[in-house]
Amino acid sequence: MKQRQSLPRKAMWITILTLTGCLIGTSLFALPALAEEKYTIGGIFAVTGRASFLGDPEKRSMELAAEEVNKNGGIDGKMVETVIYDTEGDPTKAVMGVSKLLNKDRAITIIGPSTTPTTLAVMPMAERAETPLISCAAGNKITQPVKPWVFKTAQSDILAVAAIYQHMKEKGIKKVGLLTVSNAFGESGREQLREQADQFGIQVVQDENFGAKDTDMTAQLTKIRSADPDAIVCWGTNPGPAVVAKNVQQLKIEVPLYQSHGVASPKFIELAGDSAEGIYLPTGKILVADLLPDSDPQKPVLKEYIQKYTEKYKMPVSGFGGYAYDAMKILARAMEGAGGDKAKIRENLETMKEYVGVSGAFNFTKEDHNGLGPDAFVMVQIRNGNWKLVE
Amino acid sequence: MRRLPPIGHIIFILAVLLTGFLIENTYYFQLLVFVGIHTLLALGLNMLMGYAGQISLGHAAFYGIGAYTTAILTATYGFSPWAALPCAVLLASAVAYVVGLPTLKLSGYYLGMGTLGFGMIGFIVFREWSSLTGGSSGFVGIPPLEIGPVSFYSGRSYFFLVWTVVLGIIILCRRLIDSRTGRALRSIHDSEKASRAIGVDTMALKLRVFVFSAAVAALAGFLYAHFVTFISPGTFDFLASVRMVTMVVIGGMASVWGALLGAFLLTLLPEWLHAFSEFEMVVYGLILMGVMIVLPRGLFRGLLDVFEGAREQTAKRSGGVNGR
Amino acid sequence: MQEVLQYLFSGLTNGAIYAVIAVGFSMLYSATDLINFAHGEFVMLGSLFLVTLWGAWQIPLPIAFLLTVACVALTGLLFERFAIRTVRKPQPIVLVIITVGASIFLRGVAMILWGKDAYSLPPFSNQPPLELAGATLLIQSVWIIVISLLLVFGLHLFYRRTLTGKAMQATAISKRAAWITGIPAGLMVLLAFVMSTGVGAVAGMIIAPVTMCSYDMGTLLGLKGFCAAMLGGIGSLWGALLGGILLGVLEALGVGLISSALKDGVAFILLLLILYFRPGGLIGAAESARF
Repeated sequence: MKQRQSLPRKAMWITILTLTGCLIGTSLFALPALAEEKYTIGGIFAVTGRASFLGDPEKRSMELAAEEVNKNGGIDGKMVETVIYDTEGDPTKAVMGVSKLLNKDRAITIIGPSTTPTTLAVMPMAERAETPLISCAAGNKITQPVKPWVFKTAQSDILAVAAIYQHMKEKGIKKVGLLTVSNAFGESGREQLREQADQFGIQVVQDENFGAKDTDMTAQLTKIRSADPDAIVCWGTNPGPAVVAKNVQQLKIEVPLYQSHGVASPKFIELAGDSAEGIYLPTGKILVADLLPDSDPQKPVLKEYIQKYTEKYKMPVSGFGGYAYDAMKILARAMEGAGGDKAKIRENLETMKEYVGVSGAFNFTKEDHNGLGPDAFVMVQIRNGNWKLVE
Repeated sequence: MRRLPPIGHIIFILAVLLTGFLIENTYYFQLLVFVGIHTLLALGLNMLMGYAGQISLGHAAFYGIGAYTTAILTATYGFSPWAALPCAVLLASAVAYVVGLPTLKLSGYYLGMGTLGFGMIGFIVFREWSSLTGGSSGFVGIPPLEIGPVSFYSGRSYFFLVWTVVLGIIILCRRLIDSRTGRALRSIHDSEKASRAIGVDTMALKLRVFVFSAAVAALAGFLYAHFVTFISPGTFDFLASVRMVTMVVIGGMASVWGALLGAFLLTLLPEWLHAFSEFEMVVYGLILMGVMIVLPRGLFRGLLDVFEGAREQTAKRSGGVNGR
Repeated sequence: MQEVLQYLFSGLTNGAIYAVIAVGFSMLYSATDLINFAHGEFVMLGSLFLVTLWGAWQIPLPIAFLLTVACVALTGLLFERFAIRTVRKPQPIVLVIITVGASIFLRGVAMILWGKDAYSLPPFSNQPPLELAGATLLIQSVWIIVISLLLVFGLHLFYRRTLTGKAMQATAISKRAAWITGIPAGLMVLLAFVMSTGVGAVAGMIIAPVTMCSYDMGTLLGLKGFCAAMLGGIGSLWGALLGGILLGVLEALGVGLISSALKDGVAFILLLLILYFRPGGLIGAAESARF
């Protein structure tokens, strides 16, 4: 009887001991950064999980850019140190990661996150901590309305949609069917597609969506086909749109298919195979660097980035890593002469002009924290398994 | 036995106070806030799974209902969070009642399927009702909590708030377990037919526990929404429900402290495993399997057993025969 | 009309996939009372092994097919031996959590081995899509439907006509009783694991050409397969087939006639209604385990 009584009490002690152990375990990883002779720049990307196609190249590109900065003597003689955490595309993890970067690693600026929801989740933290954050996500909610401490380097959906509709207008397309993926990327694209249609005299006749992991979209396409559009716009990220391309071919839908910049990587052509033929899409210039005229100011930047990336990682460059590369380079420039003062870095970012990066020429202003113009996108068509600039 | 719970609670309070004043770094407070929120989820679900013996693979929906209700009421309609709290909890309870009525008639894996279906529908509603919920991109601009002049902005104050709530729910759970209802519940867990035979209204009881656990999940959702000030459907998907079940089972079913342990482990584990980078998932999966293989009754009972075993051995060695 | 036919075709294709996955769930459940939440990951392994063996190493399809089944079934065998068999007190919920752990583990391993990118495969045979009254059906879909029907029929024969199959059914009814009559029950459970994961691999392979294969494709497929199995009545082969096809067709019609945004919602609401009216699934009403 005596023993029975003491049993739950022991249990209590075990719990307490284990929890204490947990805490100690956590704090062991918490050794404060000693060196003040260097600048710590935080990175937070979806390195694994659903959005790893964004986060993985972004992480690599940020490291690449930081290496370059250090090779050129650092910022005002101080080296740059990067600390990168993984969000797995999960807002809760992103919040924890940014908290760690701000409070534990004492990062003076943060690059990332990769996706719109994770960025929206951490934005208030950057604002509160008065730390510049340069997001790599596409959603326009990030910089509209403008938050003083939040910037972004990825092209907005607004520009991508405008590029597509401009092309349609020139081809005389009046009615479009939309097929968007049911996540933040697709939703943001869908909003823009519906909003801007009027300006270009285009009518949305059917509006469907698909799950990111769906295996077959013929049902949606059949429904779109029955509305008789002049063109179909698919808005998603790999691999869904590749399935859409295959299904379009299977259903023998003859109208042109437009994809978003979300599939702008050689992977898409590989996945969609011959069904990719003839597809139009807007993309940053990185995919077509070789095809650009020599007069394009971005050409040397792109070539340099591509060469360094492939050299270092022995893998083809993706269309998305450039966001983090630009962010790192822009930061390095903004941090020059700021002496690690966050307010000054922010000031420098906001007034930065004519920075030619991988994703376009950035001109930040007080009202525009994305800084890219319509020339950030070009329309390409897939022909014979390769990209071709559309004039 | 009867004198025991207060001791546990005192130790718990001391532990919370100690950590609260010893830790300085905001990061740890934020981490512990998430642990606290997850503990609430595990506590509620534990009542359902551990005591009533019913599984739910859709509890993330209640978590989400709590979060979205308060988000919409406060950010869109300008309610005070404290007015939104009862609405969130009541709505989740009402939904749980309506859903539970037909669903709890199912049993075993069919119940799992039924609740899973409900969870998926909840997720789809959060995602697709974008005029109200902000859709997949999420809901921004949820105000932080305030009581008069005190703003729960810093990590420490929110830490104390969350863990006070956790303590309250722990006491509530213990009260419930030690009551007549609790005994009836355990009888359902052992054999539903037998308890019905001795006159327990099993359906009503199961429903009551289901509603209770949904209300606790909604409370956790409320705390989550006002802490992060942003919510998106991804936080309340099927995998979130599975994670909740895992916390309960890993910690040890039918034990309040087990729920606490499970929430601790599953929240902190990914933070520790960052060091493994690419191998994080592999190690995480291995640990999950390993714990269940070695300690099938969960960490809490398992560690208790190990402790007991060691004690017995020392007792034997020191010549203490007939210990039991 | 033409649209409705196309929806049906689309639903049949997806439905047949769900059905094969559901069969895997059902088989294992009937022999062991266990729902394997890692089943979707075995489907994923099937796809990715085929990507390597057939797509990259150019091994002829039939051989690659068999090799893949063998590899995945071997993984299933190891899984049973090391993770399931070693549990001392095999309560259902503990085993379920182990399978959840296994699914995370397998996904992690696949991510390391195959990377995070998706792969695609050409169809098994290169013919133009079938056309019927204006609706088109991919030849690969025909493959999917035929193979899944053959599989279910073959398994049916296995259970009814072979001694091993009957022994397995006996084990499913009562492990102890089967053991007393001299059936090596442990071996039967092992065999059930091997067969169920093998069937999962087949599902993964036949869908590889119509969809894209990546390390994280399994979760959703596993979920849909689980739903299909429960809908049909867990433990029943024909129930799994019926449940899968019903789920696929419901989804496609949901897209076509209601809204693609609510596609999954429509399917799940109908599922719930069916469960409320037939709490044991459409076919079979095995009393299932409690937690």
